[in-house]
Amino acid sequence: MLRYILKRFLMMIPVLLAVSFVVYFLMDLAPGDIVSSMAPADASEADIERMREELGLSGNIFERYTRYIGNLLRGDLGMSLSMKRPVINVFFERFPATLKLAFGSIFIALVISIPLGISAATNHRSWIDGTSMVLSMLGLSMPSFWLGLLLILGFSLKLGWLPSGGSGFFSAIILPAITLGAAQAGNLTRITRSSMLEVTRQDYLRTARAKGVAENVVIRKHALKNALIPIITVFGSTLGNALGGAVAIETVFSWPGVGRLTVAAINVRDMNLATGCIIMFTIFLTLTLLIVDIAYAFADPRIKAQYSR
Amino acid sequence: MKEKDLILDLQDLYVRFEVEDGVVHAVNGLSLQIERGKTLGLVGETGAGKTTTALSLLRLVSEPPGVVECERLIVDGKDVMALSQKELESFRGNDIAMIFQDPMTALNPVFTVGDQIAETIAIHENISQTEAQKKAIDMLELVGIQGERADEYPHQFSGGMKQRVIIAIALACQPRLLIADEPTTALDVTIQAQVLNLMRELRDHYKTSMIMITHDLGIVAQICDEVAVVYAGNIVEYGTLQDIFNRTKHPYTEGLFNSLPNIRDRKAELNPIKGLMPDPTNLPQGCPFHPRCPYADEKCKEEQSVKWVSDTHYIRCIAYEREGFHIKLEEKR
Repeated sequence: MLRYILKRFLMMIPVLLAVSFVVYFLMDLAPGDIVSSMAPADASEADIERMREELGLSGNIFERYTRYIGNLLRGDLGMSLSMKRPVINVFFERFPATLKLAFGSIFIALVISIPLGISAATNHRSWIDGTSMVLSMLGLSMPSFWLGLLLILGFSLKLGWLPSGGSGFFSAIILPAITLGAAQAGNLTRITRSSMLEVTRQDYLRTARAKGVAENVVIRKHALKNALIPIITVFGSTLGNALGGAVAIETVFSWPGVGRLTVAAINVRDMNLATGCIIMFTIFLTLTLLIVDIAYAFADPRIKAQYSR
Repeated sequence: MKEKDLILDLQDLYVRFEVEDGVVHAVNGLSLQIERGKTLGLVGETGAGKTTTALSLLRLVSEPPGVVECERLIVDGKDVMALSQKELESFRGNDIAMIFQDPMTALNPVFTVGDQIAETIAIHENISQTEAQKKAIDMLELVGIQGERADEYPHQFSGGMKQRVIIAIALACQPRLLIADEPTTALDVTIQAQVLNLMRELRDHYKTSMIMITHDLGIVAQICDEVAVVYAGNIVEYGTLQDIFNRTKHPYTEGLFNSLPNIRDRKAELNPIKGLMPDPTNLPQGCPFHPRCPYADEKCKEEQSVKWVSDTHYIRCIAYEREGFHIKLEEKR
């Protein structure tokens, strides 16, 4: 198990290199750079060149990238060009807000989807099943920024129950978390239902019933634990979506998270900050997927046996 | 019939499944009585309704789409059809237990075998979790598996070992009636013999009554006292082991015996029963076996009735009303 985890950590290195390469070069393809937006209108060619020198932007793209990677491998994400502060500090200032939103949405998604998926599967083809499938289709297919706007219209403007944006007080997280959680809930409900339907046909549930196990225990204990593997898989990608999907939601609800920070950094061509944020995102995402893979081992002893090999 | 000490008294069981394509008539008026301590063999082809009958005894047929109706279903003095959900839960696994056909899929892959045995014990006996675990280890050793393997998962066991675990689960609470649904079909021949011997030993040890569902007449000869031959959801011939093997009367039973390979004449061709089991959504009128029966005449297409041959032996066949009728099997012997 430990060896497996170590292996996964080592595998993160090439992933991070590839991500930094793609992001850095794509950013370079975008027209303009930060100097052109920072320099005063009457600055001379020489002034601009000197500013580039100071910001570490001189030389061609390969020279700059090599310098960047050199620093990155030493754990240094560099300075934000627009804020003149270390990227890592700026990132971690905003990261808790994004994390809070991500966990809020996942909480909402789990609380809705697992019970709904289970009751849809155990009442297969009944009205419960039908309703839950319609709901999950709705959640999946509504664009999240649009749902966000609808919720603001309804709950903030018309009813005035919840704030339309901002952060710092608990009620502010409710609408963005619901918006972000809706799609995830739709996805998780569908996978919980189909996974449970698959499991309820298995012989070992009949064995459990023949032993005299009560029906709700058969479902909660014997069936659910077997249905968990696909649910965990989707849950892992949901976590990724929650982090990534935050970009649009944070803009709609003016939530002070990393998503908005990244968009702003790209707009002003702050290479270091944008690349740094995306690299940090990648690190957290790969860590999440690693945790998901470890969670498999606890759900299914057959997978645990494979890891120890 | 004289009064007997019955462990099972089943009268007129009908099970049908109402599915989109029509109504599947799985069991059609089957009646069974088993005396305490006896073993009954339920023999027949795949799809004859043997497993459905067994599941009905535990009320485990899923309803809907299944519909189970019967005149009387009494197991060890309990009127099973009248039991509430709670009572059914304490009835299953305690009074009656079932060993399933395929050991590969009958165990839950994510729990240790020890836990799976202990679960039955914990449900039915008022003891602590640790005591249940201890009893589970005893059960494992009883079926010939080392106790320390209780912490292992089903995928770490071979097929024969898994079937032993399932037997341990079934016998953990010493049920009065044990149903074994083709317990050895999925195992290879050498393991079959071991598992069968184990079951016979444990049956005698606990004095359990048993229903052995099988299509293997060899197993019937080894383990059963009485035999019911099932065809299209009803018993076509019923009798003691001697009645069925030495005084075969029903053309279908004859067909079963004829289709066995002959070990003394290895060049002889197999002689299977021609045709297929009738479609259970559309059973033929009269005797359901008549389309495949070499002796059938016009009357067989219309009616069918029970004929008692002796005190212990009956058949569901009207051919014997004809003057001097007898199946050919007898002549060959």
